[in-house]
Amino acid sequence: MAVSVGEAVSTGPVRDHTPPARRFGGRGRSVLEVALLAVLAVVMLFPVLWMIETSIKENRDVYAIPAKFFDFKVTMDHFKDVFFASGGGRSALSVSFLNSVVVAGVSTVLATVLGVPAAWAYSRFAVKAKKDQLFFILSTRFMPPVVVVIPIFLMYRQVGLIDTKLGLILIYTAFNVPFTIWMMKGFVDEVPAEYEDAAMLDGYTRLQAFWRFTLPLLLPGIAATAVFALIFSWNEFVFAIFLTSSDTVRTAPPAIAGLIGGTTVDWGLVAAASVVFALPVLVFAYLVRKHLVAGVTLGAVRR
Amino acid sequence: MSDPVSLTTEHPGQVASATPPAPGRSSRLSDRWLTVAFTSPALLLLLAMSVFPLLWALYLSFTDYSATRGGPAHFVGFENYTAILTSAQVHQRALTTLIYVVGAVTLQTVLGFAIAYLISRRTHGRGLLTTLFLVPMMLSPVVVGLFWRFMLDAQFGVINSMLGSLGLEQVEWLTRQRTALISLIVVDTWQWTPFIMLIALAGLTAVPKYLYEAAAIDRASEWFRFRTITLPLVWPLLLIAVLFRAIEAFRLFDLVYILTSGGPGVSTETLSFHVYKVAFLGFNTGTASAYGILMVLVVLVLTQLYLRYLNKLKED
Repeated sequence: MAVSVGEAVSTGPVRDHTPPARRFGGRGRSVLEVALLAVLAVVMLFPVLWMIETSIKENRDVYAIPAKFFDFKVTMDHFKDVFFASGGGRSALSVSFLNSVVVAGVSTVLATVLGVPAAWAYSRFAVKAKKDQLFFILSTRFMPPVVVVIPIFLMYRQVGLIDTKLGLILIYTAFNVPFTIWMMKGFVDEVPAEYEDAAMLDGYTRLQAFWRFTLPLLLPGIAATAVFALIFSWNEFVFAIFLTSSDTVRTAPPAIAGLIGGTTVDWGLVAAASVVFALPVLVFAYLVRKHLVAGVTLGAVRR
Repeated sequence: MSDPVSLTTEHPGQVASATPPAPGRSSRLSDRWLTVAFTSPALLLLLAMSVFPLLWALYLSFTDYSATRGGPAHFVGFENYTAILTSAQVHQRALTTLIYVVGAVTLQTVLGFAIAYLISRRTHGRGLLTTLFLVPMMLSPVVVGLFWRFMLDAQFGVINSMLGSLGLEQVEWLTRQRTALISLIVVDTWQWTPFIMLIALAGLTAVPKYLYEAAAIDRASEWFRFRTITLPLVWPLLLIAVLFRAIEAFRLFDLVYILTSGGPGVSTETLSFHVYKVAFLGFNTGTASAYGILMVLVVLVLTQLYLRYLNKLKED
C-alpha cells in the first residue's frame, strides 16, 4: 500500500470532523496558520527565486547595492555563456553537462541491471543471513565519501582509472546499487509471489515467471527507482572532484564549483549554470513525487 | 489506511515453499542457483568498490604510507590511531562536527515537523505546498552551497542588503569565526528541513482520524490530543528521519567545501573536511586512513541504530 504525497493530498484534512462547538476562535487561528505557512514558504523558496533572477540579470544589476529585486534588465547572455564559449564553439561547461549525462545515465542503467534481479532474489527466496546481507548492502551506501575516496583514489591510480568516465561510472554504480536493491525490494514485496507460483504451475520456469509476469508489473517501480539513482549520480560531487580533473572528463558539479575559483566570480554565469543544472532534477523529482518518501530514505521507509 | 506504516524489510513468509515440484526438475535447486546468479553480481561490485577499498584503508591505517612520497609502507602498529585519538586538533574538529550535527538536525526537526503539522491541518493546496517546500532538498549541495555563498556575501550579498534596508548592521557571515558555523547550520537546515517535513507529513497523514474523533467526544484539549495521539504515533517515524539526517550530517563534506572551505581559520572544519585535508593536502595517507576507519566505525554504529529503529517500526 503506497500512500504518497500525491495521495495524501486527496485524503483531505486529518481533523475536519471537529465539531463546531470546538471551533471557538478557529477562524483567527486558521488565518494565522496560513500566514505562517506563507512566510515559511517564501523563506524556503527565496534562494531559488533569487538564483533564477540572478541568472537573467545583467552583470551591472547582479552586483548592485542595494540589491535590485524587480527593476532590472532581463538578459539571456548568461545562459548563452553556459553553452557557448566566448570565441564560438562549445563551452567547457556544456562539455561537462554532456559528461554528466553520460556518467549519470550509464551508471543508472548498470545499477538497475544489477540491482533489480538482486532485489527480486532477496524478496522471494530464503537467503542465508538475509538480514545481515541487507544491512551490509545499506551500510556501504552510508560510508562517508571522503573516507572511501582515499583508497579508491589509490586503487584507480594503480589501474589507470583516475580521470576517466569509466572510473566515475563504476563508483556511481556501486553507490546506487544498495539504493536500488532496497528500493526495489519494497516494490517486489508488493507483487504477490503467488503470481509466479501460478505461472510455474502452468509449466514456466521460475526465471520465465519472473521475466514474463513479475517484471512487467515492476516496471513503474523500476522507472521511479532509476529516476532517483539518476538524480543521486547527477548531483554527486565528492567523488567527481577527487577522481577527475580534466575538462573533457569532468562532470557538471565540479565544473560549476570551479567557476568560483578565480579572484572575480561571474555570479550571473554561476546562477545560469545552476539553473540549467537543477532544472532536470526538479522535473524528474516531480515525476517521481509519489515515491519521494521511499526514495529519499534510500528505500527504507515506505508508506 | 488504518495500519500506520509498513516497511520494506523482511518478509520471511514469501519463500516459495507451496510450489509443487515441476516435473523433471528440482525447483529448489534452481531457486538456489537463481539466487546466487541474481545477487552475486551486485555483491561482487560492492565487494570490489566498497569492501576492498575499506580493507585497503584498514591496512594503510597501520602503516606510515604516503601517497605522494611513495616508497614502501612501514608497519607502525596503532601509532596512527593513538595519534588521532589524542590529537587536540581532532578533538576540536569533533566538537565542531557535534555542534554542527546537533544544531542542524535539531533545527531541521523542529522546523520540518512544524511545517508538516501546519500543512496537515490545511484542506486546500496541500499538494502544491508540499511540492514547493520540497524544492531545496532536490538541489545538488554544490548548487545550494554556491548560491548561499553568493547570498551571504558580505559586500553585495542579498542578505546583507536586506539587513541594510532594515537599518540593521551588516554581518560578515562566512568570514567571521562564529557566524561561519552558524551560516553552515542555517544552509544545511534550509536544504534538509523539507526532508523531515516530508517524513513527518507521511506520519501525520497516517494517524487514523477516529482517534481524533474519539478525543473530540471526550472533549480533550488540543494540546492533550497533540501530546497523547499525534506525537506518539508520529515519533517513531520522525526518529528514523532524525537518525538518517544525523548520519548524513556527520559525513557531510561538499557543503563545507563550497561554502567555507573549513574557514575562517578552522572554525567550520568538520571531521570529514579534516580527513580530506590530512589525506589530500597533508599527504599522510596512513594517518588519514586511520582517521577514516574511525569515522566509518561511528557511521556503522549509527546505521545499526537506524536499522534497529526501522525494524521496530515495522514490527509495531
